[in-house]
Amino acid sequence: MNLNATLIAQLVVFFILAWFTMKFVWPPIVKALDERAKKIADGLAAADKAKADLALAEKKVVEELRKARESAGDVRTSAEKQASQLVDEARAEATRIIAAAREAAEAEAGVASQRAKEALRDQVANLAVAGAEKILRREINAQVHSELLANLKQELQ
Amino acid sequence: MAGNAPTASEYVIHHLGHFNNTGHPQENIVNWGIINLDSMFFSIAIGLLTVFLLWLAARKATSGVPGRFQGIVELLVEMVADQAKGIVHSAESRKFVAPLALTVFVWIFLMNAMDLLPVDLIPMIWTGVYSAAGGDPAHAYMRVVATADLSAALGLSIGVLLLCLYYNVKIKGVSGWVHELFTAPFGSHPLLYPVNFAMQIIEFLAKTVSHGMRLFGNMYAGELVFILIALLGGTATAFGFVGHVVAGTIWAIFHILIITLQAFIFMMLTLVYVGQAHESH
Repeated sequence: MNLNATLIAQLVVFFILAWFTMKFVWPPIVKALDERAKKIADGLAAADKAKADLALAEKKVVEELRKARESAGDVRTSAEKQASQLVDEARAEATRIIAAAREAAEAEAGVASQRAKEALRDQVANLAVAGAEKILRREINAQVHSELLANLKQELQ
Repeated sequence: MAGNAPTASEYVIHHLGHFNNTGHPQENIVNWGIINLDSMFFSIAIGLLTVFLLWLAARKATSGVPGRFQGIVELLVEMVADQAKGIVHSAESRKFVAPLALTVFVWIFLMNAMDLLPVDLIPMIWTGVYSAAGGDPAHAYMRVVATADLSAALGLSIGVLLLCLYYNVKIKGVSGWVHELFTAPFGSHPLLYPVNFAMQIIEFLAKTVSHGMRLFGNMYAGELVFILIALLGGTATAFGFVGHVVAGTIWAIFHILIITLQAFIFMMLTLVYVGQAHESH
């Protein structure tokens, strides 16, 4: 264990090596470490964001489902309402048609009975004329007595 | 073992001798004319390996999924960066201090790890090369653990001391630092100036010496234990063989902890001392 010039030489080597490390070793490694740390931090932040987004999306889905269900209910209600309205309208229409038909039938029946009555009246008039002819045993000039006959017809109404 | 059947003492001493520019181990405690070529070779080679490995990872560093190699380097960088952030409260200084701490950690760890190689392996190869080149095998000295060289360990700690002085001046200014030298830790009073100054000098000295000595002492002692265990096997008896295997295994496993711990401690103290240089009293 002696001291000699090795000391000075070692000292110089020491600083040269330290300088080299400072210049060429330390900066790139520290840079890579910092960059990786940043990458990892970014990755974690992105994962957190994705998780939050997912939660948001799930919430949205639930909301949309609820809305869809609600609107489906609305549609059903309005459809039922419309259907019952249609049924009501159809029923009213049917009622109206039936009433009209009945009216028409009644009117027709009235006309028919009127016609029957008139025919009957004509026949009665003819019969009366024929009867009267037989009774009077003489010819009655129809043209002469048409006024009389018309009056008679009028009376029979 | 070098030479023909050296005594245990010769073996140990031979192992602890550095290969330097004079060709024989240093006699005086301090001699600035001598340089340990083995320490320099291994510290520079391992230093280059350190920055090469780190650079290899840095070159391919991406923010994508890292491979295993990039992962381990990133682990080290993060560990050092976290420690630096907690200790040195100046982002500007950290730009240099943190890479320096990383270099020191990996470099010292790898230099320490040379201790785990068989204690005679490289010295034996070296003896072969040395004698093949016409040298005397008895003078083929080689120590592979650069951190077990006091000069190298103190060279590192003095480097940290210079760094501390630099940041003291940079952060506090010359006058601010001189003021602190004379007024801390006991307070600002003319009578206390010399005491404060003496304390500050002692503090710097103690920090630096203990910083380097701790690393050196641990590695030197570890190496010495490996040498002693090798001596046990060198007895070429059944006891020696079993003892060598058992003790060598246990010590090597324990040494994995020591080399890592010492590298970590050196790095942490580097950060702590530089951090202290940033704090005003």
